Amino acid sequence: MKMKRKLLSLMCTVLVSGSVAAEDKVLNIYNWSDYIAPDSVANFEKETGIKVNYDVYDSNEVLEAKLMAGGSGYDLVMPSNSFFERQVQAGIYQEIDKTKLSNIGNLDAQLAGQLARHDTGNKHNIPYAWGTVGIGYNVDMVKARLGDVEIDSLDMLLKPDVAAKLADCGIAVLDSPAEIMATVNNYMGQDPNSEKLDVLKASADLMAKVRPSYKYFHSSQYISDLANGEICVALGYNGDILQAQDRAAEAGQGVNVGYVIPKEGALVWFDVMAIPKDAPHPEAALKYIDYILRGDVAADLSNYVFYAVPNTAAEPMLDAEVSENKGIYPTQAVKDKLFIQVAHTKKFDRSLTRAWSNIKTGR
Amino acid sequence: MNNITPYVGKGAMAVRLVHRIKAMNWGRMAVILTPTLWLAVFFFIPFLVVFKISLAESAIAVPPYSPLFEWNPEEAYATLKITFGNYLFLFESRFYLDAYLSSIRIAAISTFITLVIAFPIAYLIAKSSRTRRTLLLSLVILPFWTSFLLRVYAWMGLLKKNGVVNEFLMGLGITDHPLIMLQTDFAVYVGIVYTYLPFMILPLYTTLEKMDLALLEAAKDLGAKPYQAFFLVTLPLAIPGIVAGCLLVFIPAVGEFVIPALLGGSDTLMIGRVLWDEFFLNRDWPMASAVATVMLIVLVGPIMFIRSRNKQEDAP
Repeated sequence: MKMKRKLLSLMCTVLVSGSVAAEDKVLNIYNWSDYIAPDSVANFEKETGIKVNYDVYDSNEVLEAKLMAGGSGYDLVMPSNSFFERQVQAGIYQEIDKTKLSNIGNLDAQLAGQLARHDTGNKHNIPYAWGTVGIGYNVDMVKARLGDVEIDSLDMLLKPDVAAKLADCGIAVLDSPAEIMATVNNYMGQDPNSEKLDVLKASADLMAKVRPSYKYFHSSQYISDLANGEICVALGYNGDILQAQDRAAEAGQGVNVGYVIPKEGALVWFDVMAIPKDAPHPEAALKYIDYILRGDVAADLSNYVFYAVPNTAAEPMLDAEVSENKGIYPTQAVKDKLFIQVAHTKKFDRSLTRAWSNIKTGR
Repeated sequence: MNNITPYVGKGAMAVRLVHRIKAMNWGRMAVILTPTLWLAVFFFIPFLVVFKISLAESAIAVPPYSPLFEWNPEEAYATLKITFGNYLFLFESRFYLDAYLSSIRIAAISTFITLVIAFPIAYLIAKSSRTRRTLLLSLVILPFWTSFLLRVYAWMGLLKKNGVVNEFLMGLGITDHPLIMLQTDFAVYVGIVYTYLPFMILPLYTTLEKMDLALLEAAKDLGAKPYQAFFLVTLPLAIPGIVAGCLLVFIPAVGEFVIPALLGGSDTLMIGRVLWDEFFLNRDWPMASAVATVMLIVLVGPIMFIRSRNKQEDAP
């Protein structure tokens, strides 16, 4: 779930060179932008002699629209879990032959096991990376407004009087109805994945109350805004916020960004690797999956993108800066409070989108 | 003899018809056919596809909607399934109506502002010397050389809280705290007016350039003050340019997506964004198609009306 710059990908419609070369010496990958260590693809090409066409997207929605239209020509895609669940239901993925993956033993069984909620028996996916939806904040600006309190609660965003104190320095929230409403449901003590309309209404009412304190809903804008001090609080993806932290430190303008997984619990998401049914080069895709499962490649990925990888062999090779960061690899106590978001029914989705549009437009 | 005349007449008519077909200018045919084909391939057929999808139900499948027409070869029967549910859903709450109205309002206001800014510019260009004119016109077109998206991003840099405009205003002491301009309707108006200004200037320029300056002198001789000459002579003569410019700005502005998405706030309600949400967030292609179909009807109706009125006025 990185960098959902919807517009860019919409404008520069990326064309996959749908080369239908029958031999498996080509591999068409469609991945999130900025979601691989810089030399990983080049090394894979060198080791295997397979030519990789590497395209990027920045929102699950764009990926899904392409896959659902059919005939995308891609061999390997990286959707997020709840999107993946619906895509599996639509029958667009082929089963992954795990006997061909020599590094499958490196996978963190506990984490990977959670994905069975989306994909019975985990037949169609291998997890790529995972992260949380939590609070990114500007340390000094928040301190100036809230005083010396511990920053660890969603109250900042969801308690009207607390949020109001932060309104003037700017609060941003992901423009992602399912993920945010699951987070709000959980905050209200409800099942995050509830499809009860009264639960939706209660959460929407709470959002309507705090909405006047929010500056905008957007899924990528907050990265640079948090780094520049344009906003002071963001409910967003951990990797994006840590990226903002990195950028702010590099800019040296005195902006200090922090990330915390709220004590009420947070949404955990996975991006998985999956092979479309009509993939022209499935064998090459399997080779690439096996390559990503290698400890050193997975560690490079995590060290570079600041997301956690579900790979036990990677652990000793992680930079201390990454492995000791509780925003990336949380403690077991925090992990126990994380929840996943499952795909909603079509009917509920409609109500959800409607409620979300009303919240966003403040009506 | 009497019997023969009509017979000959008929023969003559047939001959004339053959002659006419032979004489028909194939070049002219091609000229008429090309835009018709263009319209069919790039407008009418895509619209039919969209309309067809709007009558389906969304489904978790590839493609993500139910088929309209199904043929069962074993039992030799066909089913045609049409649902109007998507259109009914459009009118179930005020949300979509508000989105249409708000888009039309934003587009209308920006069209008016564009006109007010573009008119003096076009007038000055038309009045300037031939060499200056070429230079000024190329300056109007110059922004097209950079990507539209980049220019909108540049406006984000100008309008943001620590942006150039705020630094400038605070430096001059006009305001002591940064003004909130980005993510407001104001920024949307700035973006639309800026982007579409050339589309207003160019048609205005072409009509104003053709204007006979002797008419203004005549008005002056007959005692009209400059402003009277402007409202009584210049403005009426410029009407074709004004109509063309306004349509060129208004129509794309109603469906604008990029500008409200980048410069507007989350509460800037425009139909382009609603469409995006239906298509991508909701993955409801039929619903998105219904929204698009209604938008087309909302837009095409008034335009046809204006065009037919224009034709009547043109007719002697």
